[in-house]
Amino acid sequence: MERMEKKIRVLVAKVGLDGHDRGAKVVARFLRDAGFEVIYTGLHRTPQEVAMAAVQEDVDVVGISLHSGAHMTLVPKVLNFIREYGGDPDELVVLVGGIVPEDEFDDLKALGVDGIFIPGTPISEIVDFIKEMVPKKKGLKAKS
Amino acid sequence: MDVDEIVEGILSGNKRALARAITFVENDYPEGKEILKRIFPKTGNAHIIGITGFPGVGKSTIVSKLTQEFRARGKTVGIVAIDPGSPFTGGALLGDRLRMDGLDSSKKLWIDPGVFFRSMSSRGRAGGLAAKTGDAVRLMDAFGFDIILVETVGAGQSEVDVIEVADTSIVALMPEMGDDIQINKAGILEIGDIYVVNKADLGGADKTERWIKAMLMMDQEAVEILTKTTHAQEYEIQTGKIFDKIPRAGWSPPVIKTVADKGEGIAELADAIEKHFDYLKTSGKLLETRKQRLSREMVEILVQEIKNYLKETDKVNFREIVEKVSKNDLDPHTAVEKIMKSILKDY
Repeated sequence: MERMEKKIRVLVAKVGLDGHDRGAKVVARFLRDAGFEVIYTGLHRTPQEVAMAAVQEDVDVVGISLHSGAHMTLVPKVLNFIREYGGDPDELVVLVGGIVPEDEFDDLKALGVDGIFIPGTPISEIVDFIKEMVPKKKGLKAKS
Repeated sequence: MDVDEIVEGILSGNKRALARAITFVENDYPEGKEILKRIFPKTGNAHIIGITGFPGVGKSTIVSKLTQEFRARGKTVGIVAIDPGSPFTGGALLGDRLRMDGLDSSKKLWIDPGVFFRSMSSRGRAGGLAAKTGDAVRLMDAFGFDIILVETVGAGQSEVDVIEVADTSIVALMPEMGDDIQINKAGILEIGDIYVVNKADLGGADKTERWIKAMLMMDQEAVEILTKTTHAQEYEIQTGKIFDKIPRAGWSPPVIKTVADKGEGIAELADAIEKHFDYLKTSGKLLETRKQRLSREMVEILVQEIKNYLKETDKVNFREIVEKVSKNDLDPHTAVEKIMKSILKDY
């Protein structure tokens, strides 16, 4: 039997002490309209909880929204816990959204983040990025 | 992960393997079918509980609190929660998971080793479940969860598919959702093994409880007893307590009032769930229902298999036969008889 095209599943997560969820909710809603299956975590999740959700929901994309300035601390924690729970962050498209200073983009990317989207990003840019990156990541995995 | 790794993973408690297996099954990958075949002998041990009800009555909150309660009772819990997929874009916003714990992270249900939570989109299917919900439940069953909670899409009046999957079906309502005529309409309000009136701290919960009891128990027998009641029993009639006194054979669905976000009534609900499971086992109904369900499932698989066969091979010259029928050279019934004969010869 031929493989049907898989639906893209996205986890939209809020981590840590950060109550700014409007952005995450708007993004979640528009990703829904782009045809993705979006799981929203709600506020104040721990890195462990987000990582476990990513593994159990078997998502293709993990999007972490941060407005607290703690991205350099929390993002690597999430990725490490995904690994600890048996997942593979290299297989995932990892996105960060929210307030991130531009001079830290490279540092985040070095940690394994694929895309960083700050306020003002057109939603279509995020959608196109996901559509392009999901098959790429899976392809890389298949080759290795 | 390949099929061997996944099957071995599921049977040895690897959640990553379970998660991947559900993905394969949900997307109709051939690996999914292979995995289902191999884990089947390990299934049949879990108590499968369905929770349905209108959007916003508190199904996800009840699921969260029940999970806490069953964990406290030493049971492991798998959860499949279904939310609707868009008929326009195919997308979905799956928002059941976030009710787990609510804002109370101290319970740690998200990372509890005895809990597994999977959100599913209905992917446009009517009926309250996703097409592959039953298969996802089976994978969790093989994994070894004691309890599997299935939360339906916020249901309307006729989404009753949950009874095809669950051993125990819970219908959740809340006060002021309509009058006694609404409660007596056919469909979802007929299917409960247990009824929950959630948000019972709002006004009108007693009335809703009474209407449900009356709806459930108002049969010929009840009418005869009610016509013989005296004035002294007025209170019992008005509160619906009279219905508790009518002796019943088999299972009488209880009505339980809860305030789920505060945890009120959850222990009683868990007790009722366990009692119902005992009833199913001792009465023999559990095996009987599961057998009937398997027989329906096999008919479905059979139909699907025939469809796949027609799609994948042109051995029966399906298109040619359709051509003939469209020209009135052959009628559809005779045509299908021919096709069936040729399939049976070939399969």
